[in-house]
Amino acid sequence: MKAAILISALALGVVPAMAEDVTVGMILPMTGPSASTGKQEKAGAELYIAQHGDKVAGKTIKLLVKDDTGAADVTKRLAQEAIANDHAAALMGFGLTPLAFAVAPIATEAKVPEIVTAAATAVITEKSPFIVRTSFTLPQASAPMAQWAAKNGIKKVVTIVTDYGPGLDAEKWFGETFKHEGGEIIEAIRTPLKNPDFAPFLQRVKDDKPDAVFVFVPSGFGAMVMKQFIEQGLAKAGVKLIGTGDVTDDDQLNGMGEAALGVVTAHHYSASHDSPENKAFVTAFEKANGFRPNFMGVAAYDGMALLYHALEATKGATDGAGLIEAMKGAKWMSPRGPVEIDPDTRDIVQNMYVRKVEKKDGQLYNMEFETIPMVKDPFKATKK
Amino acid sequence: MTDVLAHLRRRERWGVAEIAFWLALVAGIVAFPARAGLVNEALIAGLFALSLDLILGLTGIVSLGQAAFFGVGAYTAAILANAGYHDPLLGVLAAIVPTALIGFLTAPLLLRGSDLTRLMVTMGVALMLGELANREDGLTGGADGLNFTVAPLFGRFAIGSFGEGPRNAALFSLAVLFALLFVARRLARSPFGISLTAVRENRLRAGALGISAAWRIVAIYTISAAFAGVAGALLAETTQIASLDLFEFHRSANVMLMLIIGGAGYLYGGVIGAGVFILVRDVVSAETPEYWEFWIGLMLVALVLFGRERLANLVRLRR
Amino acid sequence: MLTLLLDGIAYGMLLFVLSAGLAVTLGLMNFINLAHGAFAMLGGYVTALLMNRAGVPFLATLPLAFLIPAAVGVALERTLYRRLYGASPLDQVLFTIGLVFMAMPAANYLLGNQPQQINLPDFLHGRLEFQGVGIGVYRLFTILLCGAIAASLQIFLVRTRFGAQLRAAVDDSRVAGGMGINVDLLFAITFAVGSGLAGLGGALAADVVGGVDPSFPLKFLVIMLIVVSIGGANGVLGALFGALLLGVLDVLGKYYAPTIGAFIIYAVMVATLTLRPNGLFAKGDRR
Repeated sequence: MKAAILISALALGVVPAMAEDVTVGMILPMTGPSASTGKQEKAGAELYIAQHGDKVAGKTIKLLVKDDTGAADVTKRLAQEAIANDHAAALMGFGLTPLAFAVAPIATEAKVPEIVTAAATAVITEKSPFIVRTSFTLPQASAPMAQWAAKNGIKKVVTIVTDYGPGLDAEKWFGETFKHEGGEIIEAIRTPLKNPDFAPFLQRVKDDKPDAVFVFVPSGFGAMVMKQFIEQGLAKAGVKLIGTGDVTDDDQLNGMGEAALGVVTAHHYSASHDSPENKAFVTAFEKANGFRPNFMGVAAYDGMALLYHALEATKGATDGAGLIEAMKGAKWMSPRGPVEIDPDTRDIVQNMYVRKVEKKDGQLYNMEFETIPMVKDPFKATKK
Repeated sequence: MTDVLAHLRRRERWGVAEIAFWLALVAGIVAFPARAGLVNEALIAGLFALSLDLILGLTGIVSLGQAAFFGVGAYTAAILANAGYHDPLLGVLAAIVPTALIGFLTAPLLLRGSDLTRLMVTMGVALMLGELANREDGLTGGADGLNFTVAPLFGRFAIGSFGEGPRNAALFSLAVLFALLFVARRLARSPFGISLTAVRENRLRAGALGISAAWRIVAIYTISAAFAGVAGALLAETTQIASLDLFEFHRSANVMLMLIIGGAGYLYGGVIGAGVFILVRDVVSAETPEYWEFWIGLMLVALVLFGRERLANLVRLRR
Repeated sequence: MLTLLLDGIAYGMLLFVLSAGLAVTLGLMNFINLAHGAFAMLGGYVTALLMNRAGVPFLATLPLAFLIPAAVGVALERTLYRRLYGASPLDQVLFTIGLVFMAMPAANYLLGNQPQQINLPDFLHGRLEFQGVGIGVYRLFTILLCGAIAASLQIFLVRTRFGAQLRAAVDDSRVAGGMGINVDLLFAITFAVGSGLAGLGGALAADVVGGVDPSFPLKFLVIMLIVVSIGGANGVLGALFGALLLGVLDVLGKYYAPTIGAFIIYAVMVATLTLRPNGLFAKGDRR
């Protein structure tokens, strides 16, 4: 096998530069408004390598972290250079939906797996047969939230989402599921991406007098929403705050203070998830970085786990098609619980948890109290 | 009068350093195809900075909104390609039309007020256009961005991310940059260009000499907009994606930084500044992807404190 | 409706407090200080860290959120900024953006990416309702505090001898020096006030905008510039009225027409500057 690779490499005139190395091009926004995503992701991937060693199936993993500053044209160039110059066997990361889209044609053409560990718009994995995702999709989190709400006495809801791809996914899937379960959406509000003041939107919610308001905002805006929710007097008016886990992001939850208590969200990961795997993960992560892992950190950790799994299955062969085949149907125990890569859609199948923000040992956590086992991305399920 | 013409003609001549500069760029792209993607980005940023130099350097009009035209140019090429017109040259030429039009229509906003007024008005226009692109997602793909493909140049040279693509893309960008720099050079040294200098130096006195500042500003702003539009179309075609961040404030701000680093007013400043900025960013951010901004910041501060003029003079080509 | 108006005023006050320092350095001293947001970030961090790590009460941190950025401001002014007073605006832009680029990763390196939250004391929590009109207590607090700041600044910088000397020094520092005005001291004090105000603004705004984090200096730069330019770079009152106008229009727009919410601020700015190129409250034609 090895000889075959060597010969074919020589025939192509390519020096088999470090045939024993597997380079992973991790492209993330490390600066700019989404920098916190990059920091979590980098920490998660590095932790996996530190824990499991950089050797797998006789190969040495080399992690190459690049900053794309959140600009799609830079992401694309970095991906191209990682493949052409660094001979990357896999690309990983991609903090925002357009960045993941930008790399799709490169992954297809170069036949290199693109492991999406952040961007959460449902349609991403359909853009290339070489895209695999280890984060989550917004329909995956929004639909269970709607089901839970309908079953728990919430009849009328206003939705507030940020006006971009993931937000529209959340609005659509929460709304449709909720209506299907017999609930009513009074109003669907979309807020601009750069928005330092939610007061007018929340005032509108208040005037609509719903039972609950469903919120999706990119992580980083959660604290703002929660404080203004209290300040605007919505809690007193009896309106419940529900949302996807982005609102109560573990990275920032602890600083949010009392305002966050009691907020109910649906998501795939909480740092308080009760399992030995997660306890070990959180302890090691905090020790290495000094901050708590969030769903971005765990997605990158699992991205690495998936790549290791695939390399073991191919016995170290790094051709993209082989790796993708090995990734399809992969199952493992993640810190978030059991996960599986859907062989049909290459999207992740995982438990969704309904959680409530509570105080534990003096710190705020999303405490899971209900599990919806092995949720597939509903967006793709309806297409069949 | 003949003296003036003789003077102009002398300034028209190409210096040895200038020719060497272009040859070195061609050689660089051919010799290092592995970094052609980076060079391409720098060349396009250079063209973008040149567009700003036309108004800032030649005419003294500041702008924090060049990204408006960069973005419109990029989306023009992308939308055309998605409509079935894949020829890259056509896309670049087509980008001139809407950008020049928007430049022409918004130029009157620049005629009154202070530098701060102009900075803010241009920025506002860019941010509004970005918001419009976000809203018209049927046409622009909204926040998801727009992926597309372009046909090979002249039916032969594929541009894009694969194989020879990056190298061809960089050569294409270089050719366009060269052509437009040639145009800008002619423009700057024409009587029209010299009247722009008069407008920059003293608008009142220029008026007294019978030079209408207003229509000159409108004219050069329109041309500058078209230049920026071409740069945007080039970026979209060579990366085959257009996304909303093209309109953002930091694009306008960075291009201004690039131009100031290289020095405004002699046309090559933007190209050199863009090269320095993008190269330094690439090298430093490979070392420290989280903290590279610090070192860029230090470079800018040092540049100002130790004299941008002095440093610029070292690399400045003969005028 | 009245509730919305109050929300708008409160938001306007927030914008004002973020921009007041810039109105001083840019408006009064004619210095394009794009690093203004970095001073605001510093003030926000001072308050957040003192509260969260040292347990200092919120109100007690506010003077320090003014004084520490003011001291840093003076130090930088004496060593670096003063060299650029006569320089071209482009040099000032390059220099101050450079400072921003340095401040952001430095904050990230020292304190991490997570926003530092400010948890207000109980008496600033909650909401007052009176005959159907409501306002958050903290918003009311910012309105009152910022109103007081605006009034005292206006008096200090415009009506006093100090103010007159400052304007003379900005217009022509050589002549002012010849008249026996200590120009250096004057500029140092004014710059300190500007930086201190920036810091105080950061501290007061931090709770509402979701905490202070390393991206703070750029996140609010655009809106700060908009406020100052609309008001007319002419002292503090202009910025106050500009901020209030923006705040009210933005809140009303977002409430009644959420779909075009994002356009409003930019459209108001472009329209204002088209009609009044030097801002709403500019006196005469400057330059």
